[in-house]
Amino acid sequence: MARATLRFLRRGHVVELSSFSPTRTLLDYLRLDEKSKGTKEGCNEGDCGACTVALGSLENGHVVYEPVNACIVLLGQIDGKELVTVDDLATNGKLHPVQKAFVSSHASQCGFCTPGFVMALFTLYHAGKRPTRQEIVDHIAGNLCRCTGYRPIVDAALKSCNGKPADAWSWGAKETAEQLAALNDGEDVVVGDSHSFFAAPATRDALAKLAAGHPDATIVAGATDVGLWVTKQLRTLPKIIYVGRADRLDEIVDHDAYVSIGATATYADAASHLAAIDPDIGEVISRIGAKQVRSCGTIGGNIANGSPIGDTPPMLIALGATLHLRHGTSERSLPLENFFVAYGSQDRKAGELVWRIDVPKLKANELFRCYKISKRRDQDISAVMGAFKFTFDVRRIVSARVAFGGMAATPKRAPKTEAALAEIAIDDPLSWGKAIAMLQQDYQPIADMRASAEYRLEMAEVMLSKALMEIVSGQTSATRVAGHRGVGP
Amino acid sequence: MRPSSVGHALSHDSAELHARGAAIYVDDMREPQGTLHVEPGYALKEARGKIVKMDLDALRVFPGVVAVLSVKDIPGVNDCSPALGDDPIFADGAIEFHGQVIFAVVAETRDIARKAVLLAKIEIEGKAPAVTVEDALAAGTKDVVPEYAFKQGDVAKVLKSSAHVIEESFHVGGQEHFYIEGQVALAIPEEKGGMTVYSSTQHPTEVQHCVAKMLNVPDAFVTCECRRMGGAFGGKESQAAQWAALAALAAHVTGRPAKCRLDRDQDMMMTGKRHDVRIDYKIGYDDTARLTAVDVDFLARCGYSADLSQGVCDRTMFHADNTYFYPAYHIKSRRLRTNTVSNTAFRGFGGPQGMMFAERAMDVIAIEMGMDPLDVRKRNLYSRGRDVTPYRQKVKDNIALEIIEALEKSSKYRARRKSIDAFNKTSVALKKGLALTPVKFGISFTLTHLNQAGALVHVYTDGSVHLNHGGTEMGQGLYIKIAQVVAEEFGIAVDLVHITATTTGKVPNTSPTAASSGTDLNGMAAKAAAATIKARMVDFAAKEWKVAKSRIRFENGNVIIGNHSFTFGELAKKLHGARISLSSTGFYSTPVITWDRPKGRGNPFFYFAYGASCSEVTVDTLTGEMRVDRVDILHDVGHSLNPAIDIGQIEGGFVQGMGWLTNEELVFDGNGVLRTHAPSTYKIPCASDVPQDFRVKIYESGGNRANSIYRSKAVGEPPLMLPISVWCAIANAVGSLKPGVIPKLAVPATPEAIVRAVKSMRT
Repeated sequence: MARATLRFLRRGHVVELSSFSPTRTLLDYLRLDEKSKGTKEGCNEGDCGACTVALGSLENGHVVYEPVNACIVLLGQIDGKELVTVDDLATNGKLHPVQKAFVSSHASQCGFCTPGFVMALFTLYHAGKRPTRQEIVDHIAGNLCRCTGYRPIVDAALKSCNGKPADAWSWGAKETAEQLAALNDGEDVVVGDSHSFFAAPATRDALAKLAAGHPDATIVAGATDVGLWVTKQLRTLPKIIYVGRADRLDEIVDHDAYVSIGATATYADAASHLAAIDPDIGEVISRIGAKQVRSCGTIGGNIANGSPIGDTPPMLIALGATLHLRHGTSERSLPLENFFVAYGSQDRKAGELVWRIDVPKLKANELFRCYKISKRRDQDISAVMGAFKFTFDVRRIVSARVAFGGMAATPKRAPKTEAALAEIAIDDPLSWGKAIAMLQQDYQPIADMRASAEYRLEMAEVMLSKALMEIVSGQTSATRVAGHRGVGP
Repeated sequence: MRPSSVGHALSHDSAELHARGAAIYVDDMREPQGTLHVEPGYALKEARGKIVKMDLDALRVFPGVVAVLSVKDIPGVNDCSPALGDDPIFADGAIEFHGQVIFAVVAETRDIARKAVLLAKIEIEGKAPAVTVEDALAAGTKDVVPEYAFKQGDVAKVLKSSAHVIEESFHVGGQEHFYIEGQVALAIPEEKGGMTVYSSTQHPTEVQHCVAKMLNVPDAFVTCECRRMGGAFGGKESQAAQWAALAALAAHVTGRPAKCRLDRDQDMMMTGKRHDVRIDYKIGYDDTARLTAVDVDFLARCGYSADLSQGVCDRTMFHADNTYFYPAYHIKSRRLRTNTVSNTAFRGFGGPQGMMFAERAMDVIAIEMGMDPLDVRKRNLYSRGRDVTPYRQKVKDNIALEIIEALEKSSKYRARRKSIDAFNKTSVALKKGLALTPVKFGISFTLTHLNQAGALVHVYTDGSVHLNHGGTEMGQGLYIKIAQVVAEEFGIAVDLVHITATTTGKVPNTSPTAASSGTDLNGMAAKAAAATIKARMVDFAAKEWKVAKSRIRFENGNVIIGNHSFTFGELAKKLHGARISLSSTGFYSTPVITWDRPKGRGNPFFYFAYGASCSEVTVDTLTGEMRVDRVDILHDVGHSLNPAIDIGQIEGGFVQGMGWLTNEELVFDGNGVLRTHAPSTYKIPCASDVPQDFRVKIYESGGNRANSIYRSKAVGEPPLMLPISVWCAIANAVGSLKPGVIPKLAVPATPEAIVRAVKSMRT
């Protein structure tokens, strides 16, 4: 029996909703339905962070708070979670430590971004450790402030986030954990009727069955893209199937030779596993969206979406990842690069779901590099994203996998470049030129607001030569302005 | 109880409300029952052409739509321009830029209004738009306002006889304000055709006038109120009026309250930005690197109408000298008409573009002469006998050199120059650059009559004070500074001063809060209002207790009258009992300033604000990626009214200016469609772009030499130009690839622009 209501925890009480539009955003729920005006709308597309709220959920029995952009999270996605907004933080008239630090650090000017920053820092306050300045900057990269220049905001974080939370949420954590555990009833959630619904199946089998039965439904994982279909394109999406509640679909299993990532594992979940394969991957993931996006957005969604400028597919393709799809009860798999057929077209039939991605680890004779170039370092979409895996026989490259984003209508490998690389000696830079020159045969990039075609092509060439230079030198201090690797191959 | 006096680092008056999410912006106000929502409609693809068909029938029958508005619904004047009558609220017959409003939908919910708008069938007989400066020059259409120039000496002759001459042309891009709170207004219909408008505006009076004119009612029938804005930066000076007008028109037509709030993408498409300019120049200089003559042309993209372009482009000319003396000059400005949104005020108001020329000229001379750019700068500073600006105002308060030298020392400029040179000798791909640049910014509206302000102060019988003035709060801390001024005057705690929303109903005929002048003007007006009441109190007390006026003091919340002492409230009550008014207006107009625009001479500025910054960057010459390693700033605010607020303006202005010069790129396609209309494609600085080593100090200058409010100096705009040192440092890094060659670096210096500059070194 499916549950016909949405349930979440708010201010210590369970809120139960039996009727709402499948595409109601969390922000509209807060501002228009609940009439809580503390949370602001800045951009309505998940890029400015003014609408940041915290979602609490259970992880290994503990309550963990993640910041999300309420403007593009669908209300239905918060089933079973605790919703905390800026309106809640001051208790008994007393400011929360983060709020107090904001005031004493002069961290607000116009104040419109402030609620979002306060909530982002509320989650950092509860992250359980004293953050470094760099960690703070990473944590708030998804919050834009046009007035202060950020210095006082970072100061407020340094002042308040001391690793020892002492607020109503830490004191009430045990009770909250119990309430959240009680909300997790294992029931499928379907709010609406067969023509229009928000569904959040609780199990993988139920999810696969529902998706196969409603091939016209919109599949939502993090909604970091679908959210914009709603807020910007004003699309009517009568049937929403949310995959994020399906039990263990977010599982990440670390095998000896590969890492298996479930479709609903978020960027945040997968980051450390992928960074363990190569630090460059961790560096790039830390620059995908920002904290809010990485806590919702999924690796599976980044693939299923099929964008030519998604950041994970080039890396995963270069690593030789295998994609697993599920339709009803049947599963199939294919090399990831084959999934991307053309712009806007993927090898996925209606009702079929991205299920899992298996990512091979590097062997002893393999080296990996990847680079992302964008106008702004953080929270920007790549102009060009390049990834390279080289297989060596001592100092000779015997094979290579090269993949780029932003260079074609899909994430795409570079077969001619790969073939040419298989003949070069790493210690003979003169031999590199032939391989680098092949890139212009593999790609004919376009010009848009992010970069010109010429710049894109030139950057692809620069990335490849950088990868080779760095492998020769074993360091990045002479080739990067940021995102350095430790010294080594 | 907080200290009352000026000069203290008090928090922003709304700091706690901001942090609680309890500060109320227009969209947060409780909507009166039945409030409708207005959504503007435009032609989706075209930028220019005749409107040949406008079928809005599908909208009218869309469930939830209450009204569909277009030009024929306007009872009065179809204009929301600040001055020249050339900005229609609704396009009438033709459109002149992409995003121009043609109609509007009024619906029960915003969601319905937004969806209904998409059903419109608009046909435009498209004409090729003039998008760029080059397009406008080629099209030869009439400029939005006539060109203007400052001229002195026979420049051509001096250039000919100069030992060295350089000629160059470079582009400086525009900038989107990206206030986090978008444009919004709520209009509530009143009796007798009147209207109350809550608008996020820097210029309530202009909104009032626009709405009254549109509704064809007297100004007095319309009230405009603004408690606070979620950022503005010039983008809500003239640009707020149209949305207020749409809300008011919807309210007028339906008789119900109506709100108009733009979605971010529309906001970016439909509202003006900083002017982009092409700067064509020719300069001459002698063997000692001293300028002999300057011939510069500023070709500004103004958009489809004048808006504030005259003032903006004039200010570009006023700041084309920055801190440098030009013996002979021809400073020209064209205000080009393009089929793009009308460019407008933006922090600095044209000044930054002018200053970019001056600083570029210094760098270019240094490269040609093989000198350190700082030495070239010092060589050309205004100094005794070389102190008259191109608009014939004598620079009397020059502290550029002392600030530069203090910063040169504190930033260890010379030592770092050496270590950077050493780094660049061995580093192949990564290159470092260093630059120290000054700022001199003229304070006052150059439209002289705007240099006035009014205030209204009431003292209640419990001693609490109601403060109102014509300035608006956009985050810059104006309200707290003025409350400090009033508290100081009365000798009371600032908490007793209740700061109230700016409204045309209390202080009329106000100037926009702009030109960095908010505190200077309104502070003086509020001080005058308070002083009037205080004088009545003193008169009363002197008579009542037969004490000489000189023996009456207001301090720590008390009034000491000879041997008597009362709380401020007790005395207020006594005045009330004696039937003496405890309310007063105050007024101020800036003294001294004069400006004869036709002759191009006068003293348009009350004083100058100075500052300097030193920036070090590392550039990846292969990819164009860039890191700002360290920034040192010294900035002059006179005697600071509130150091915390002033530091906030300096740092915030710096980072905002750095965005303009580095990451923020407006991209229009050939059809005149803005492709960067959301934060996904338009990148303002985020926390990681701020230099980790960021050393910001207020320069202790000994106070403003002009008699400003408590000898403080305006601080809103000047810091925006401090990051020119970042841009110059990038050029410096790229220039290290081949000493003697001038890197062709554009603004903004995006990674791609930096790579182009690197390539320019090789050809």
